[in-house]
Amino acid sequence: MSVASSHPSSGLRGWLLADAPGTAFQARCQRAYLAWLVFRGNPIAMAGFIIIASLVLMALFAPWITGGNGLTQILSDRLLPPSGAHWLGTDQLGRDIFDRIVWGSRITLYIVGLVAVLVVPIGLAIGIVAGYSGGWIDQVLMRITDIFLAFPRLILALAFVAALGPGIENAVLAIALTTWSPYARISRAEALTIRNSEFILAARTQGASSFRILRSHVVPLCLSSVIVRLTLDMAGIILTAAGLGFLGLGAQPPSPEWGAMISTGRQYILDQWWVPTIPGLAILIVSLGFNLLGDGLRDVLDPKGGG
Amino acid sequence: MSEAPLLEVEDLHVTFHTPKGPVEAVRGVSFILGREKLGIVGESGSGKSQTGRAILGLMDRRAVVRAKTLRFAGTDLLTADAATMRRIRGAGISMILQDPKYSLNPVMSVGRQIAEAFLVHHKTTRQEARRRTLEILEAVRIRDPERVYRAYPHELSGGMGQRVMIAMMMIPEPEIIIADEPTSALDVTVSLQVLAILDDMVTRRGTGLILISHDLTLVASYCDRVLIMYAGRIMESCAADQLTNAEHPYTRGLLNCLPKIDEESESLPTLVRDPSWAADEVVDGGPAG
Amino acid sequence: MIEIERLNVVFGHRASLVHAVDDVSFRVDRGESFGLVGESGSGKSTVLRAIAGLVDDWTGGIAVAGEAQGKRRTLKFRREVQMVFQDPYGALHPRHTVDHILKEPLRIHDLDPSDERVVRTLEEVGLDESFRFRFPHQLSGGQRQRIAVARALIMEPSVLLLDEPTSALDVSIQAEVLNLLSRFRRERDLTFILVSHNLAVVSHMCERLAVMRQGKIVESLEIEQLRRHRPNHAYTQQLFQAAQGYSRDFVASIADDL
Repeated sequence: MSVASSHPSSGLRGWLLADAPGTAFQARCQRAYLAWLVFRGNPIAMAGFIIIASLVLMALFAPWITGGNGLTQILSDRLLPPSGAHWLGTDQLGRDIFDRIVWGSRITLYIVGLVAVLVVPIGLAIGIVAGYSGGWIDQVLMRITDIFLAFPRLILALAFVAALGPGIENAVLAIALTTWSPYARISRAEALTIRNSEFILAARTQGASSFRILRSHVVPLCLSSVIVRLTLDMAGIILTAAGLGFLGLGAQPPSPEWGAMISTGRQYILDQWWVPTIPGLAILIVSLGFNLLGDGLRDVLDPKGGG
Repeated sequence: MSEAPLLEVEDLHVTFHTPKGPVEAVRGVSFILGREKLGIVGESGSGKSQTGRAILGLMDRRAVVRAKTLRFAGTDLLTADAATMRRIRGAGISMILQDPKYSLNPVMSVGRQIAEAFLVHHKTTRQEARRRTLEILEAVRIRDPERVYRAYPHELSGGMGQRVMIAMMMIPEPEIIIADEPTSALDVTVSLQVLAILDDMVTRRGTGLILISHDLTLVASYCDRVLIMYAGRIMESCAADQLTNAEHPYTRGLLNCLPKIDEESESLPTLVRDPSWAADEVVDGGPAG
Repeated sequence: MIEIERLNVVFGHRASLVHAVDDVSFRVDRGESFGLVGESGSGKSTVLRAIAGLVDDWTGGIAVAGEAQGKRRTLKFRREVQMVFQDPYGALHPRHTVDHILKEPLRIHDLDPSDERVVRTLEEVGLDESFRFRFPHQLSGGQRQRIAVARALIMEPSVLLLDEPTSALDVSIQAEVLNLLSRFRRERDLTFILVSHNLAVVSHMCERLAVMRQGKIVESLEIEQLRRHRPNHAYTQQLFQAAQGYSRDFVASIADDL
């Protein structure tokens, strides 16, 4: 086969498209860049990406965007409709809803991030050990996974709160405990597939310990599926956290958590619709964003597409 | 040979559009096929498989096929509409691939698949289709047709699977068979047996056969004529028994670097690729006199 | 150097027992190149894997350099005995760079994972520095197989187990890889066990060979015997004939195994 033409390459783009990377760093950047090009070609995925990127930026730059901290009460400005002064109106305590949404994005990201940090390592570790070892280790670990899979999320959260008291961290713990099981399943399935690959056999003939094989060989190949699953799960996690917030079990007032905002604002829905509706819309948009992003990531990271 | 050729290919080009730019897999291939066994030999990347698929219009979405002439028994394949191509595929030109497992439906018994294929092309009863299927299975030298009829594709060995594929292909009685590495995944003895069945079809039914392979020894001993491809072009075209007198340095290089049982040597001669081969002129492949 | 005594490997459970290796015995001297030839299902690859310690259930005796091997292989064994696999793509981890792949054995055995050593090894297999940070999917089949050979040799083993090392490669690349292997064998006085279905490859690379069929060794012979067309066993003769190419008479005479 012969390449009939080649793109002019210079500068950063040239560095990213060069045939022979000179360092490990350059090689990884190249792979990421090519994956990005594929991702960029998918408009729906880009929509999801923009939404989530906006969320992250909003959370990062909250102090500069709002100029306050979303907690200032001006009681004389209670329940004002959206206007030039207050873009999304004010709530029942005169707090600017736009400010609270922006600050609430930090809480949303905090919850989602904390759950991810707990769930992914546990699920991965249990799954790959089960899949790679097989035998009774596999059986025991999978039965444990099944047990946790059986817990209903909200009810466990209620139990936790009853035992430990309300708060974001307890809510996160409850959500994490009921979310990790599918990740173990996914990782186990991947590990089972990979277990007899020739590169694993080659690693064994080199004398690699099982730990090294799992860490260096199995985990990188499981990550794609896990990341896609995580992104798609985010919407559910956000909704659960919002639900807990709504029940008063998550973030406590005056914290601008979106679910709690819906809860405290719901009595105003008929006359001052914006008070509960805006936070609801925020939850909707962010959940949608994660779903679209997850779909896009799946296209990029799918092995058939070359990830 | 005064009969009209079955297949005429002139100046065939196949181009793929990739994110990094267009890539030409086939660059100006021309040949004629009569009622004979034609071998197309090449290494990976030579464009031999793409040539076979381009004839049948089975290309990837990203590929563009152009040619001066691409004619099958008088029908122009370049301008044929979808309905005509569907009729030609299977009944006119048929294809066997390397791994039968990918071509057979894994959840249907083998016999049923063949019988269904039969019913597509001949309007008869199910019992008649079954009877004919068993006949065909015998014709491809399967000793226990009843058992194979009931078997599923994953229960068959490689050689058996290929025979089943050939059986399925025989039903519409095609004029041309394109076999793309049909025996690469099979043991040598089984390969030879499968090729013998195809040989029968050529001699008894006058089918034309294009055998695409990387195995030079096999093709040289089996086919009537051989085309050697490299970098999308035909480097050499000759009668199979003349292959040892080949002239092109690529062919000679390939022949030389094969290890031979009777020869003892410290190291094998290696192929030195002359860059001008990738830019050589097209060699026409016509039937030997 | 290597002594195999009545090796037996059985796969599967009661209902579907497969006797993959049936009472196989042979020995290979230091510095010798020994071939195992057979068709699919003959058990030749399983023998190799049993020697490499990749098979869980086997009975019999496997001794390397005088030391009898048990269920597990020691790290020292792993340094002395290395393996090259058939599928060049499958044998390299798709997410590891060449540099990582070559440094891994050094890290496992607590040797210095120096860049110089990697570059030197790459040069020895005929690849230059620019290949260091490529991923397997950016390499051709021949290049991948060279990396596999480099990986096997970077720790300077004394025995190489080769499982159809060139079967997936083009003929011209096969010649280059076989030459590479021969050169290493000469320079480092390596012992080879080469498994292949290709008689021509085996006769080029090996001094002695054993022919396997359905788990058993059918015949052991010297290459000279093979070259002068004097194998004794009918099966070996059949394999030899098949390697010559297509012939209608020969096909008619093949012992049918349908």
